[in-house]
Amino acid sequence: MTAQLPILQVIVPLLAAPICAVLRHGRAATWLAVLASWSALAIAVVLLGQVMAGGVVSYHIGDWVPPIGIEYRVDIVNAWVLVIVASIGAVVAPYSVTSVEHEIASRRIPLFYAAYLLCLSGLLGITITGDMFNVFVFLEISSLSAYALISLGRPRRALTAAYRYLIMGSVGATFIVIGIGLLYVMTGSLNMADLAELLPGVWDSRTVKVAYGFLGVGVCLKLALFPLHLWLPNAYAFAPSPVTAFMASTATKVAVYMLLRFFLSIFGAAFSFDVMALDRVLLPLALVAVVSMSLVAIFQVDVKRLLAYSSVAQIGYMILGLSFASVTGLTATLLHLFNHALMKGALFMALGCVVYRIGSVHIDAMAGLGKRMPWTMAAFVVGGLSLVGVPLTVGFISKWYLILGALEKGGPWIAVAVLVLVTSVMALVYVWRVVEAAYLREFSGDEATREAPLSLLAPTWILVAANLYFGIDAVRTAGVARQAAEVLMAGIGS
Amino acid sequence: MSIELLLALSLAVPAAGTLLILLLRRNPNAREAASLVTAGALFAIVLRIYGVVSGGERPELVLAEPIQGIPIALEAEPLGVLFALIASFLWIVTTMYSIGYMRGHHEKNQTRFYVFFAFAIASVMGVAFAGNLFTLFVFYEILSLTTFPLVTHAGTDAARRAGRVYLGILFGTSIAFQLLAIVWTYAVAGTLDFQVGGILDGRLAGIAVPVLLGLFVFGIGKAAVMPFHRWLPAAMVAPTPVSALLHAVAVVKAGVFSVLKISVYVFGIDFLAGAGASVWLMWAAAATIILGSLVAFMKDNLKARLAYSTVSQLSYVVLGAMLANSWGVIGSGLHILMHAFGKITLFFCAGAIMVAAHKSEVSQLKGLGRTMPVTFGAFFIGTLSIVGLPPTGGSWSKWFLGVGSLEAGQVGLMAVLMVSSLLSLAYLMEIPLKGFFHKPDEPPHHEGIHEGPKWSLVAIVTTAVACLALFLYPEPFYRLMTMVAGP
Repeated sequence: MTAQLPILQVIVPLLAAPICAVLRHGRAATWLAVLASWSALAIAVVLLGQVMAGGVVSYHIGDWVPPIGIEYRVDIVNAWVLVIVASIGAVVAPYSVTSVEHEIASRRIPLFYAAYLLCLSGLLGITITGDMFNVFVFLEISSLSAYALISLGRPRRALTAAYRYLIMGSVGATFIVIGIGLLYVMTGSLNMADLAELLPGVWDSRTVKVAYGFLGVGVCLKLALFPLHLWLPNAYAFAPSPVTAFMASTATKVAVYMLLRFFLSIFGAAFSFDVMALDRVLLPLALVAVVSMSLVAIFQVDVKRLLAYSSVAQIGYMILGLSFASVTGLTATLLHLFNHALMKGALFMALGCVVYRIGSVHIDAMAGLGKRMPWTMAAFVVGGLSLVGVPLTVGFISKWYLILGALEKGGPWIAVAVLVLVTSVMALVYVWRVVEAAYLREFSGDEATREAPLSLLAPTWILVAANLYFGIDAVRTAGVARQAAEVLMAGIGS
Repeated sequence: MSIELLLALSLAVPAAGTLLILLLRRNPNAREAASLVTAGALFAIVLRIYGVVSGGERPELVLAEPIQGIPIALEAEPLGVLFALIASFLWIVTTMYSIGYMRGHHEKNQTRFYVFFAFAIASVMGVAFAGNLFTLFVFYEILSLTTFPLVTHAGTDAARRAGRVYLGILFGTSIAFQLLAIVWTYAVAGTLDFQVGGILDGRLAGIAVPVLLGLFVFGIGKAAVMPFHRWLPAAMVAPTPVSALLHAVAVVKAGVFSVLKISVYVFGIDFLAGAGASVWLMWAAAATIILGSLVAFMKDNLKARLAYSTVSQLSYVVLGAMLANSWGVIGSGLHILMHAFGKITLFFCAGAIMVAAHKSEVSQLKGLGRTMPVTFGAFFIGTLSIVGLPPTGGSWSKWFLGVGSLEAGQVGLMAVLMVSSLLSLAYLMEIPLKGFFHKPDEPPHHEGIHEGPKWSLVAIVTTAVACLALFLYPEPFYRLMTMVAGP
């Protein structure tokens, strides 16, 4: 049984999805989705344990030997990402039970869960597979279901937001498939491990470099790296709350993983940094993303959109860590994948509670909510502090490694460290605008407004507690992240 | 009881006190009794820790380890014990005072007030007993957060604006400068532990030393070195007990205490003196001392005047640390103590005047001293202590700071100390003089006014007497400071 875990990781949610659609019964579909997402988490945790104990797990689909057959290959890097995606999936699924009933027409609920599980299995598939073309297939599965999920949002603008994402996402996916095709032309292989061995022989070819470019732009579109982020704010702002919480914590993380996998393990860290100067390309983009998007976030009045811009800035931090081209920098990136998932998940779920009760997340509508919905707003405060990077929260741990990475490089990089800190202060500004509205202004909405139901609060607070727990005891998470960073940077000194 | 347990209790007792206060929120008398009992218990615990530490022990306790090699750890050492003694003792007095003040002033949300007050004290204990830079930073930030609801207690527009300035400057400086300095220290020293003699000697040299020290001094916004002092006058919108304990003692002293602790245990005074790294900061502190006094001069609002006086006086402590010799450090530590008692007395008086006579401006106080003789008498004693005149405790810290400046060869700084003493004499003495010797304006408004609430009066007399007692018995505190930096 345990030998089949890699395929079960994907197949469980993938098979549960059509069953949900066929069930046509809201409650049954709901619980099936919860069950499937929890099983996925259990599998991911066991896989991480296996990898940490015994190294790489390789699974041959249908027993076809790679590179001919499709291989699922789990090492410490993607085992880590699997856990991130699966745990968010597992927390959001029960959360969506109440939230979705409120935000989506009841006849669509089974379809919602079908799309949700498809998206989850697509993201898990991208992460676990060791085959390039398989990445593309799962990318399409997750993207198409994501477009559908976003379009379910109540505001009619959700449709245009989804459409815009569809266009941009399809361009990205096309670029990726072109890149994969070019690599296949040059090497005749689609297996990642195989490619990693074959590619050094054709490093000099222009085709490989062009493929590198196509893959880079395609993936950066998916991960919403500035200036390719334009689809993200609207998509996050208009999607149903659980969808926003899920997508913000997983989709971009998986895209960052793709970037790391493609450029550091397949092409190799040496090729990326020494030949293609990846670090020098990403550094300015990351810095501009962090600074400009934090600034834009400060001026938002819709809190969901505010957090969406903040997400683009936070992705900038992840890419910044990568651009350090060092183990510490990459550790920061990998840690922030996890930590940012926790904080944004908690924040968007708290906003979901607000939407559930007052139907709006406009900053004026949230005035005085601190007294009306104390637990919801307390969750928002903790999540917000984590976003700022206050000690004892996960955000601080990410910042710590990021700054340490910059200072280790010394010289002009100190300016980068300063910039990271300055943007943290900007994060304080945009978080505090909401906190101030909630606690220091008078409530003006419906007198009957009460605290959100427990079914929403409990999952939210699970993530809030995780924000604090992994902020106080980060030795284990940092250890895994560091191990993964060392694997990715293998072949390059330090 | 093991001493490590006591360290944990010093944080746990005030934290548990908040629960007790919350549980008893329906019954104000029981709630205030809970506050008092908690404060008393905390002081007893700190006294016990003092007993052990003055015997030469350095108990340690690791609470958690967020990052490999960087634990959240508590350690009791003489400087921290001194600070904890001051804060915990004055918490008892302030609680008594608050009972009179909050009721006399009919403040709203009193339970929330007492809860966050206790939380703030728990964080202050964390700052006092922090065993490494990281722990210090953690509790420093928690202190900013827990005092925010106290500053914005009134919930008015003015309070909200002040809260923004408060948190903006304290968080802004600590994230932008202090955190950078901490990570930098870790990157070069490989540890963040406080050690006698410092951890940077031989690992950092040249221009980097004064830059790093500057990042710490300005990054610790709570020390209110100009230009990062604006939050302190802004915080005066808070109820007076908050201004008294937190913004004359606990929060601001947490700032200068951190500066002193970092100078002594991270840099090491010999290393600082050798590198000459602190000279530019001496002058930054000196500028704050003089400018703060001058601004205080121009403020008619009593609390604002006291706030700027605090800005000025805090820089005495920073200055003492920057002198980088043992007299400077001793003077610095003693000034934390002496200024605490002096300034809290002044704030208590200001609050009592506000509650009893509804006067907040200096110019309104003419002749009020005859109707409130105890309050104005206490104000006079507090003033003497701030200026540094016998027979009050303040004269000792000024004395050692003066000796330290001469030892460092900075005669100019000695002059700064003298000028600033004169300035503070002028802007503070005006108040008791007006109170006792000026004729009331026509027509006299003082009918029906008498001394403040009796709980508040007890507190005022206690701290005023303490100012006098500290002149006669500075010995135990001086001994603690010689353990930090023996001459």
